Amino acid sequence: MDNMRHHCQIAVGPAVFRIGSDWRAPITQLQSLYSDYPKAEGQIPDFTVRLEAQRWWRRFVRPSVHISGDYMLPDASPLPLAQGLLAAEMAMNLQMAMGWRRHLLLHASAVERDGKVLVMTGLSGSGKSTLSAILAENGWRFFADEFALLGMEDGHIHPFPRLVSLKNSAIPAMEHVIDDKRRFGPLLKDTPKGDIRHLIPPKSAVEAMGKSAPPVLLLYPSFGKAKQIREVAPTENFLRLTQASTNYVALGEPAFQALTHFVQSVPAFAIDYANADEAMALIADLWPEGAT
Amino acid sequence: MKASKLLAQCLAQPEKLKALDDKALTAIITAARAERLLATLAHRAEGLELPSSVQAIFRDALIECENVHRTAMWEVDRMQHALHDMDVRVVLLKGSTYVAAGLPAAKGRQVGDLDIMVPRDQLDAVEGALINAGWEWVKDDPYDQQYYREWMHELPPMIHNARDGMIDVHHTILPLTARPTPDAQAMMDEALPLESGTYILAPTDMICHAAAHFAADGDMAGGMRNLWDVHVLYAHFAKDGAFGQQLADRARHHGLYEAVSRTLRMAQALYGTQIAQQFSSRLSMLDRLLLRRVMARDGWGREGYVITRFAVYVRSHSLRMPPLMLARHLWIKWRKSGKDI
Repeated sequence: MDNMRHHCQIAVGPAVFRIGSDWRAPITQLQSLYSDYPKAEGQIPDFTVRLEAQRWWRRFVRPSVHISGDYMLPDASPLPLAQGLLAAEMAMNLQMAMGWRRHLLLHASAVERDGKVLVMTGLSGSGKSTLSAILAENGWRFFADEFALLGMEDGHIHPFPRLVSLKNSAIPAMEHVIDDKRRFGPLLKDTPKGDIRHLIPPKSAVEAMGKSAPPVLLLYPSFGKAKQIREVAPTENFLRLTQASTNYVALGEPAFQALTHFVQSVPAFAIDYANADEAMALIADLWPEGAT
Repeated sequence: MKASKLLAQCLAQPEKLKALDDKALTAIITAARAERLLATLAHRAEGLELPSSVQAIFRDALIECENVHRTAMWEVDRMQHALHDMDVRVVLLKGSTYVAAGLPAAKGRQVGDLDIMVPRDQLDAVEGALINAGWEWVKDDPYDQQYYREWMHELPPMIHNARDGMIDVHHTILPLTARPTPDAQAMMDEALPLESGTYILAPTDMICHAAAHFAADGDMAGGMRNLWDVHVLYAHFAKDGAFGQQLADRARHHGLYEAVSRTLRMAQALYGTQIAQQFSSRLSMLDRLLLRRVMARDGWGREGYVITRFAVYVRSHSLRMPPLMLARHLWIKWRKSGKDI
């Protein structure tokens, strides 16, 4: 009983996860979706995640996946086994959000071009995740779609290129952009977050996931509004980023120093846009060397 | 070997970590984190040559612990500020005591809620002052409120509306329904002042409190950490050769001799505490059952031994209250939890 029935290990960026499960299916799905990631079996994991039945008989009868691990939320509601992959991804995110201490964690997506990083932050539905996925198919290196890791010593953004979690209308949008069906996970319908389908980041992004780069632009995208650009002052920026960080308070003074340096050195803009093409044009305008 | 047993061995003799393979290290780190002993283990392992991935995890735990201690001391400071114009002796308990007094038990110690003890006749005034300063009830369920006020040794827990810091205000160290009735007045009278103006329990009372908390109250969740506190505190205070006798006398005075000697026996079994002869005896059946409960954690961070844990849970409540009251309490708790299913 000292082991879990099914398990695997996954390395994303600097973090190694150990995932144990009462069922085979979520592990098989993870192994398939993460098959191009560096081998993490045998390493000492930073975090342990458990996908468990709450009662033993719930392994078989209306199986539902209870998420737990090193860090857990007391009231997290279980997910049906068909959404076990989502449960695993949520659980890994939770470990990072609550337990990671080696970087300042920003709830943001990030992409890199010419050794410089574009960071996009905002609430769910702002489009930051979809924009990073589109840019990643158009010559930018994909860094992250959920957590941008800000190095407290080097001021760099460090890649954390886990699976992109596409939601609702972003699913057909990306299916339209990417022909290779093998890069998509199973379509998970009617999850607590709506429809979800995972997308494997480009292979080049995964291969380079150990290479950090300095941030040069921060955007607050906002989808579904008339095109508009507004500069965000460092003071406002600082406050909003402390709210967008899950470990700012826990890290104490080094986080304050790193964030202060970040808002003083990286220009920030709020951009409103009605569709992806408009967003691409805005990014091209604001990018230091006018790329895309 | 169960991960928690391995953890106990490595806390007592950290150099054993060096002989472990990656699988065992993974198990021990996971179990330590679940038992809230990771920073303690990290502290014990300082200076040892270990794989870099382990060092990184330990470093994180130590940094985190430092921040937790700073926050805990800030909560003490805010509590003192809230009570500053009252003439009240405030005794810190548990984690905040160790940190505030710089005791060796502070090293790596997680500190959660702020626990304080005040004289019972000043309880209402303290409660009022804390509410004025922004603390609020966590449980406003009338049954819970009444249960605490009528039967417990503390006010219902409060949380600060801006900082989220929890405070437990005690007036004695065991529920009023429990059979031993420690002399809270004597504990207050003999508490020792710190420079900051708060007080800590005298060494004998500190061990009595830890033992009461461990052996006569609660279902032993977190027992490995509680026993580690006792192990480290006892070793520290027992440098004074007369300590064993003083502790025995004091424990008898509080009606806690059995609790103290059981706790020390178990700390000895788990961590090899060098305890005074008079506390030493063979482990009883109950000691063994409790030890099994304390070391239930496996290498995935799960608690095993479901039946043992349930037995200990019922025992803990039977120590806290008479049988009929227990039945009523469990019934109300069960019905309330039933509503959520």
